[in-house]
Amino acid sequence: MERLQLHSQIKGVSTGTTILAVKFNGGVIIGSDSRASMGESYVSSKTINKLIQVHDRIFCCISGSLADAQAVTKMAKFQLSFHSIQMDSPPLVKAAASIMKELCYNNKEELQAGFITAGWDRKKGPQIYTVALGGMMLSQPFAIGGSGSTYIYGYVDAKFKPDMTLEEATQFSKNALALAMGRDNVSGGVVHLVVITEAGAKHVVVPGDKLPKFHNE
Amino acid sequence: MSSIGTGYDLSASTFSPDGRVFQVEYAMKAVENSSTAIGIRCKDGVVFGVEKLVLSKLYEAGSNKRIFNIDRHVGMAVAGLLADARSLSEVAREEASNFRSNYGHDIPLKHLSERVAMYVHAYTLYSAVRPFGCSFILGSYDEDDGPQLYMVDPSGISYGYWGCAIGKAKQAAKTEIEKLQMKEMTCRELVKEVAKIIYIVHDEVKDKTFELELSWVGEVTKGRHELVPKDIKEEAEKYAKESLEEEDDSDEDNM
Repeated sequence: MERLQLHSQIKGVSTGTTILAVKFNGGVIIGSDSRASMGESYVSSKTINKLIQVHDRIFCCISGSLADAQAVTKMAKFQLSFHSIQMDSPPLVKAAASIMKELCYNNKEELQAGFITAGWDRKKGPQIYTVALGGMMLSQPFAIGGSGSTYIYGYVDAKFKPDMTLEEATQFSKNALALAMGRDNVSGGVVHLVVITEAGAKHVVVPGDKLPKFHNE
Repeated sequence: MSSIGTGYDLSASTFSPDGRVFQVEYAMKAVENSSTAIGIRCKDGVVFGVEKLVLSKLYEAGSNKRIFNIDRHVGMAVAGLLADARSLSEVAREEASNFRSNYGHDIPLKHLSERVAMYVHAYTLYSAVRPFGCSFILGSYDEDDGPQLYMVDPSGISYGYWGCAIGKAKQAAKTEIEKLQMKEMTCRELVKEVAKIIYIVHDEVKDKTFELELSWVGEVTKGRHELVPKDIKEEAEKYAKESLEEEDDSDEDNM
């Protein structure tokens, strides 16, 4: 609910948004809508990608103020790249999430952005971490965020199962995003999906006409 | 390999004509004056042993420890100037703590030893400060990466090892360590061998009494670095003393 209130106070361009991440057997799927809005009624972009790659197998979904989110992810990408070269090995997803968390917590007065960090690493496999507005970091089997997420809590709570296959998880994500975009006026456009596994990251765009349709459409 | 570097040995910021930094070499001599410390890596952990010479009967037992805890999964055994070693253990602790604060997980030992080695090296560059007069052995155990052992010396180099020794009897200790098949041993077997090596290299004539400090980190401690429990330590010391007596006996037979 915190997000709904703050949303109207975000100056400039905001990603009134729906983002989600789901663990499945062997990887994670992350997804988002593609609408950027200014205020309640102007769509400043129909096609932005809210899934930011911070390392080979680690992505961040962004929500809140677009400027703040871009600044934080840019900084995190730099820090993570430096860290990974020093360690001489790919970074842990937890390390990426911790970097985001430190940035959000230490600058909480100025920033208004929330993230879902998800990816795959050799140590613990697929993982999802929510980094909330004030800098809270939480590990979850699936996560949803952004203003549109409030409309789909019921759906994801009812339909999520651990250890889904890639097909099941993809369908789950598409359904959840389509439902949220259908009810939230500041979420919309196309659906961006990225599948992250040991093999790498694959980006898929699902245009509006290919999204699942429900009874009222 | 000792030589006097007259004129070129007054500060760490001077090379000698044959390319040596004598201050760093003198620092290593300070380590060689100290009593021995060894660290050995086995199949499922790392064991440290230190020969702690007791200079006075008035000392409280267990004072002036030479094995430190750096983080819950990392241990450090030192030889050389103890005050320098304590200061470096604080540096290592801060590094490990900052890493955990920034990245949310235990610091990998290779990274920690490189960071502390960089710090030690910085003190070999300037004439305003002296190099650290201590070497130390770092050891850790992690479920995924297994046991790790690194040694840092006063020049600021760090190497990974399966077994290493520092201090006055390091040559003799290295010879004994090389006889072990450490890759096939478990920590419980290794503890006894470490105690035995310290007892073997201890010089009864020159140095009188000593206290044995034993610590380990591995699967047996679930990845936490701890002092070896009293009963296991007593068993190890008993084994060490008995092995020494056997060797004495066999020497007599040969005569």
